[in-house]
Amino acid sequence: MNYLVLLGIVIVVVGFALKLDSILIVIVAGLATALIGGLGVDGFLVTLGTSFVDNRNMAIFIIILLVTGTLERNGLKTAAANLIGRVKNATPGVIIALYGVMRMIFAAFNVSFGGVAGFVRPVIMPMCVGAIEASGHTPNDEYVEQVKAMASGMENVAWFFGQVLFVGTSGALLVQSTMDALGYQTDLLQMALFEIPVALVALAVTSVYYIILDKKLRAKYYGDTKAPLNAGKEA
Amino acid sequence: MEFFMDPEVTFGNKALEVFYIVMGLMSIYAGIRNYRDKTNPARVGTAVFWCSLGVVLALGRWLPSLVSGVLVVVMVLPAVFGKVKSGQASADDAPTTQEVAVNYQKIGTKIFIPALCLGVFAISGALIPGVGALAGCCFGVVAAAIILFVYSRSNTPRVFLNDSERLLSAMGALSMLPMLLASLGAIFTAAGVGGVIAEMVGAVIPSDNLAIGIIVFGIGMMLFTMIMGNAFAAITVMTVGIGAPFVLIFGVDPSFIGILALTCGYCGTLLTPMAANFNIVPVALLEMKDRMGVIKKQVLTALVMIVFQIGYMLIASFMMLG
Repeated sequence: MNYLVLLGIVIVVVGFALKLDSILIVIVAGLATALIGGLGVDGFLVTLGTSFVDNRNMAIFIIILLVTGTLERNGLKTAAANLIGRVKNATPGVIIALYGVMRMIFAAFNVSFGGVAGFVRPVIMPMCVGAIEASGHTPNDEYVEQVKAMASGMENVAWFFGQVLFVGTSGALLVQSTMDALGYQTDLLQMALFEIPVALVALAVTSVYYIILDKKLRAKYYGDTKAPLNAGKEA
Repeated sequence: MEFFMDPEVTFGNKALEVFYIVMGLMSIYAGIRNYRDKTNPARVGTAVFWCSLGVVLALGRWLPSLVSGVLVVVMVLPAVFGKVKSGQASADDAPTTQEVAVNYQKIGTKIFIPALCLGVFAISGALIPGVGALAGCCFGVVAAAIILFVYSRSNTPRVFLNDSERLLSAMGALSMLPMLLASLGAIFTAAGVGGVIAEMVGAVIPSDNLAIGIIVFGIGMMLFTMIMGNAFAAITVMTVGIGAPFVLIFGVDPSFIGILALTCGYCGTLLTPMAANFNIVPVALLEMKDRMGVIKKQVLTALVMIVFQIGYMLIASFMMLG
């Protein structure tokens, strides 16, 4: 057993943990593994070339970009903002939960609205702060900080677990090519179907958690768990 | 040409090969545009990166593997030296708020139709034998572009091309990370890394117990992702070392185990400041005070989901195997 071939893995783990340049880490780890594993420089180049060409399907994001930018130019983000903006008289927790639902549905179609910078900050947070004011309170800094954290958390959860529902998402393609190299056949549609229960549970757990937490926070800062506007919304 | 005439090759694979040529040309366009952009601080490096990528994408099927390998190394060099940048020229093309507002006035909610095309076509492609999800998705791109053109004649091919070049240049060299990680996985496998790990781990955990294999794979994915901050890097290493020898060897469905392992990794992403893009950058963007504020709100979800997913893998695997 040639334990030295593990050096490549050590390079990957340590390199990423030290936040070195990701591409440098991958190339150095690959070269080290190939040389120690007896593939030689030729073997390294041939294996790299073969697998990179075999994995060209992961470059599909490039052709998708062909419409991504132009969709945005034609008002996709505005349309999404108007869609979520129809939610009226909701608490911040409910707004965030509904954003999660919308974000996940569109993520399953590989459609994104700009993440925290492009959507949460300019659209979701103003809606949440507006909701606090509409219930007759001044936004409390500590409370708003918690709402920001929840909005960001929902953004991550809905995107991570929603994108795996898209048939041909880059994560699934990476799994497929890794399995291929090991001699196992996989199917992209099957992968998306297997993830449906995972995505639904992740969204449900996070939504319920944030709605309950938001209710507790409002009780703590404003003592208004039974504000008239919101009564019944959380039943 | 032989390839496109071969009746053995599915329609989907032939179409995909054409789309690879399109992707290659888009990449070369990004290289040339950056080279001609005087405001780009690294014109040559950026052009070398995108052009060599373009050649491998477009001609990969016909190039000898050694040549492709050399081209990938040539592509990676400027990236490693930080010489892949974007200039001002493409950024200047970004739509103004006013332009977006005017376009939205005209098109309205109908804009969701082309947006959803990709997903609908990908699923349709997956369901039609001989086409496949990826070729379907590419046809979805074509359909979406046509619909956008029908909505507004100002969406000319040049607009599509320049908008995509702007996004591609903004993503930069890191956009190649998943593909390079996949290649690294292939090198690990070719060098026999899996066998060595399997022997070492086999000394600690029993190799004849599927349940223990699944639990170690799931939790390992989460922990490795927390350390590396990247589930894509973790899955390459973990599948070779743990997934294949301790779980897949029992004959459970690799599609199921593979994708679930990835989402176990995502539980790790939710928990680590190493995944700065998702957990630390938002703190700054939203002007929060607590650096760990976002992560704290994700702990409960991550822990529930790792338990749920391991349970799901255990139950489904034992049911599939009867």
